[in-house]
Amino acid sequence: MLYIKNLGVHIGTFTLRDISFTVNRDDYFVLLGASGIGKTLLLEALAGLIPLKTGSITRDEEDITHLRIQKRGMGLVYQNQALFPHLTVLHNITYGISRKGMTRAERLAFAHALAEKVGVNELLHRYPNTLSGGEAQRVALARALATKPRCLLLDEPLASLDPHARSSMRTLLRSLHRNGQMVIHVTHDYEEALSLATQVGIMEQGTLVQTDTPTRVFQHPTSEFVARFVGIRNVFPGMLETSNTAQDDTAVFVTEGKRFRVLTSVKSGAGILLIRSEDITLSLNRPDSSAQNCFEGIVTDKAPARLGLEICVNIGVEIIALITSGSAQRLHLHPGSSVWLSFKASAARFIST
Amino acid sequence: MTRSNSHSPSFEPTHLVFAGLGGLVLLFIIAPLASMVLNSPIADLTDTAADTEVLNSILLTLWTALTATLLISLGAIPLAWLLARKQFPMKRLVSAIIDLPVVIPHSAAGIAVLGFIAPNSVIGGAAEHVGIRFVGGAAGIITAMAFVSVPFLINAARDGFAAVPERLEKAALSLGASPTRVFFTISLPLAWRSILSGVVMMWARGMSEFGAVAIVAYHPIVTSVLIYERFGAYGLKYARPVAVVFLGVCLLFFVVVRLLSRGKK
Repeated sequence: MLYIKNLGVHIGTFTLRDISFTVNRDDYFVLLGASGIGKTLLLEALAGLIPLKTGSITRDEEDITHLRIQKRGMGLVYQNQALFPHLTVLHNITYGISRKGMTRAERLAFAHALAEKVGVNELLHRYPNTLSGGEAQRVALARALATKPRCLLLDEPLASLDPHARSSMRTLLRSLHRNGQMVIHVTHDYEEALSLATQVGIMEQGTLVQTDTPTRVFQHPTSEFVARFVGIRNVFPGMLETSNTAQDDTAVFVTEGKRFRVLTSVKSGAGILLIRSEDITLSLNRPDSSAQNCFEGIVTDKAPARLGLEICVNIGVEIIALITSGSAQRLHLHPGSSVWLSFKASAARFIST
Repeated sequence: MTRSNSHSPSFEPTHLVFAGLGGLVLLFIIAPLASMVLNSPIADLTDTAADTEVLNSILLTLWTALTATLLISLGAIPLAWLLARKQFPMKRLVSAIIDLPVVIPHSAAGIAVLGFIAPNSVIGGAAEHVGIRFVGGAAGIITAMAFVSVPFLINAARDGFAAVPERLEKAALSLGASPTRVFFTISLPLAWRSILSGVVMMWARGMSEFGAVAIVAYHPIVTSVLIYERFGAYGLKYARPVAVVFLGVCLLFFVVVRLLSRGKK
């Protein structure tokens, strides 16, 4: 378990202040925030590379705030990988393997096992400048794992990868986490957060403004910043089921007994469904349109948004629709009124977890 | 070659003027050296190459300049790393001090060094006690050469270290390496090309030093002093072959070092 309490850092023009969060042993903690707000700085502070101005870091009851970098048990992977260009992949991986209590042969065997685990065992004698982005990221991961870190610190690990490499890297990170690796991962991409995180922390202007499970952060943003940053209000955890009709390119997503038609290339599995509130249409009668998802529901809440009105409709689950004030007046929408809600299968976005 | 404007395949007149002016400067460097070589008969050169006084002076010059470079590099390279990586009070002053030997007249540098290592000074006196003779000895030559040539090594090494991404050093630290190990396994190997270039420059500058060396230790005689002495005593005709032979030896060394540094990855 890792407790970060009131952490503050001040370096150059960057300031982090009053950051507190807890990462449990089985957590995959994603820090989500816009680019350039000091997320990397936070990781460097946790790794011990830069001094804290205030606050403390405790790991399993032990105060590690002032512990030397080498003894912290943090494995840092930078966004640009920071592989040593003059060393082969093998020597990059062995760089951090402790020499204590291990013979050279044992160290090599360990490095080979790690390379196998992350899928770079064919590349061991190559130099970093000959690797693709995805390969380099895997090597950087293996190099960090070689120190047997208690906690892996990942700085935008998927940002510079092409879509294919990104998806296989996600799978790798998920499997590392399943095997008990504690991870803190910083990113500006909410999809990464949704697909990997067990806990999400939202960073705004150098501090942490909300920490919760991914679905709760998206469904119940505590501030306008969080709402705007995450952007999407309708977030449902559930299961994807293969559609029965063979010629159909949609699948059925089931959440709390509700079934939504979703346009996706994924066939089945657990995941999260995202529907933007502006993609939801409200009407008084059952609409006659191409939208494959039509439900009758009751308006439970009406609240002004930055632009327009947010109407909360209960159809068995709560869905938020963003409409103009004019539309709200025309439809006479008030809490308690009955309304039809529809959205296209192509407006629903499935992210597997 | 890249052509900036696509409509005209011909030369830009401005670039032609630049090339002409630049060519004049190149000629200004090449012409005196070429005329010196061409005006030295082969017989004179072979006689000079066989002259033990000349050979001894060249050997002395080579090894004293190399010793000065290697000794100084032990402190200059770590200093260069500090300058590249760390912020500390009066860093700009330190940088300015390092460049001082380049801007002061070398005879003045010689006078300064001489006062520092003369037998009646603290350091010179202490050295005499342990049997090291600075003034009129190789140690004096080494000191004078080191003084005037050290900026070349420090500046080149500092630029080399600064070009190593700091993240690589941080990554190595986070992998559990000690700062010493990071320096020797990451910073130094990645900056070595610039450092080697600095070493060669410092060595070259040391070998070519005349003013400071002549003041601190006229004897044993290094080649630059020998050329001056032969010029003073016998004239241009006798000084020239020594200069040509020395030039040849220097060029040979630099070409070899440059080739070696290019060959390695």
